Amino acid sequence: MSASPALKDEIKLPGMDLKKIGKDLYEVFIGPQHPGSGHMRIIIRVDGDVIVEADPDLGYVHRTMEKLAEGREFIKVIPLMERMAILDACNITLPYVEAVEKLMDIEPPPRAKYLRVLLCEINRIASHLYGMGIFGVFLGHSTMYMWPFGDREVFVELAEKLTGARLTHTYAVPGGVRRDIPQGFREMAEKAARYMEKKLEDYKRIFLDNPAIQKRLVDVGVISKNLAAKLGIVGPNLRASGIRYDVRIIEPYEAYDEIDFEVPIYEEGDAYARAWIRVMEIKQSLNIIRQVLEKMPQGDPLHEKFWAKAPKLYKTVYETTGRAKLIPLYANLKVPAGRAIARAEAGRGEVIYVVESENKTKPYRVRVVSPSFRNAIVFKYIVPGHRIADLPAIYGSIDYFPPEADR
Amino acid sequence: MAFIDRIKEIMSSSGIEAEVSEGKGFIKVKVPLEQWEEAAKALASNGFDHVKTVTIVDYKARGVFEVAYHVSSFLDTGLAKYIIELSTEIPRDNPVVKSLVGIWPSAEFLERESFEFFGVVFEGHPDLRPILLLDEVVAKHPLRKDFVVKEEGIFR
Repeated sequence: MSASPALKDEIKLPGMDLKKIGKDLYEVFIGPQHPGSGHMRIIIRVDGDVIVEADPDLGYVHRTMEKLAEGREFIKVIPLMERMAILDACNITLPYVEAVEKLMDIEPPPRAKYLRVLLCEINRIASHLYGMGIFGVFLGHSTMYMWPFGDREVFVELAEKLTGARLTHTYAVPGGVRRDIPQGFREMAEKAARYMEKKLEDYKRIFLDNPAIQKRLVDVGVISKNLAAKLGIVGPNLRASGIRYDVRIIEPYEAYDEIDFEVPIYEEGDAYARAWIRVMEIKQSLNIIRQVLEKMPQGDPLHEKFWAKAPKLYKTVYETTGRAKLIPLYANLKVPAGRAIARAEAGRGEVIYVVESENKTKPYRVRVVSPSFRNAIVFKYIVPGHRIADLPAIYGSIDYFPPEADR
Repeated sequence: MAFIDRIKEIMSSSGIEAEVSEGKGFIKVKVPLEQWEEAAKALASNGFDHVKTVTIVDYKARGVFEVAYHVSSFLDTGLAKYIIELSTEIPRDNPVVKSLVGIWPSAEFLERESFEFFGVVFEGHPDLRPILLLDEVVAKHPLRKDFVVKEEGIFR
């Protein structure tokens, strides 16, 4: 079927580049200006409205973080790396800090470990809420977009209370954290937790139990257990395919081994399971936050090696306000030569750093692989076989975040 | 048996001359380039089912690239807590190494990324194209040590 030549210029789809390849095959460029989260493109080939091939095209927000890291001091790499997932800043930079600590052979004091876990879980909730909101808008469910985005603010404010910054907190530094819990934080956290528990019920009512949403998500984008392992996907997506892999339990870091929590697992591996798992993980994160505030030991927030070298004024500030300012020693921190690897469970999955130092103030090599980059392979192998209308459902369910993938 | 001894045994039973040592947060398995694929197969057949990173380090002074794959397991929880660094060295002037996508499909995008940033060619990769960068940037191999980031120098 071809259009009348007189109409050729008139019939152009705005923002879509259509190319006829074979008799029944068309190539469609979806993105990089996306209706949902943006900054990435999927080139698909369709037969009718069935996708037969998909090629994810990444890199629209690539910032050469690994190269930039080689040109700056160890401490300055933290605010750099944070930029890949600003809502998830503590999780996404924690393995870097841990790798530097491994190279320096120091361990943060117990209180600092708990404080790190506290912020990591606040970040995880905010990150999941963001992902759920994007998921909602992908499915045309405006309420599910507005509600989690609004509720995310609660946890952004909680993080602000704790660290002084809404996003990109640079909270964990080698040897500890930069601030202690401020007055009134516990009450605030409890209020936030109670509010969130109530809202999760609302999400269930309007979104997860909604028959229209179930029709669009159940049995869509199924990733089997073996395929998930082969593709190397991570995070909630992996656990929604029945694999019990979470760095927090596999190789507990910080204070996670002293905390009692469950890791939700779903066997179905479809988009619906991936929607549920984020809600269940938020519940567990609230549980962890409560436990941390209860169990947290007393003590310094920074390793004594650093704390001993802090100017007197800094100690006075800490004793009166609870703020541990970043001590000048960090500016020229020399890290012993060697290579260290550390990983953590960020909101979207496992993040891993390889840090190599040659006993200088700047790293020789920093390699980071983010969860979204490892999840991107899903688009190539899971999308084909589905209809175009399923693509937003699959994309949204993966919680793919381009700045994090592109680094 | 310590875990490191188990890795040594896996390597020696496949006839691979590997240097196995304990690193900070990983177990290093360094193999000669000729036995690269066999070493990967030996690890894969012992339950290491996915690749976490493909990491290249440019040792310009020695004229080599170190190619390292960090592998672990999702399905075998006993192995999951270990990260194995399978590494080899390739000459900087002829950076070619066998692709391991056939053994570990999870390496596909990671190899494409290393290809574009270092110009390392992964022989046998089914779809070796740049993934993040534009072609003109790829030609400069931006993560090599001889690529110097230009600065405006206004405050110098």
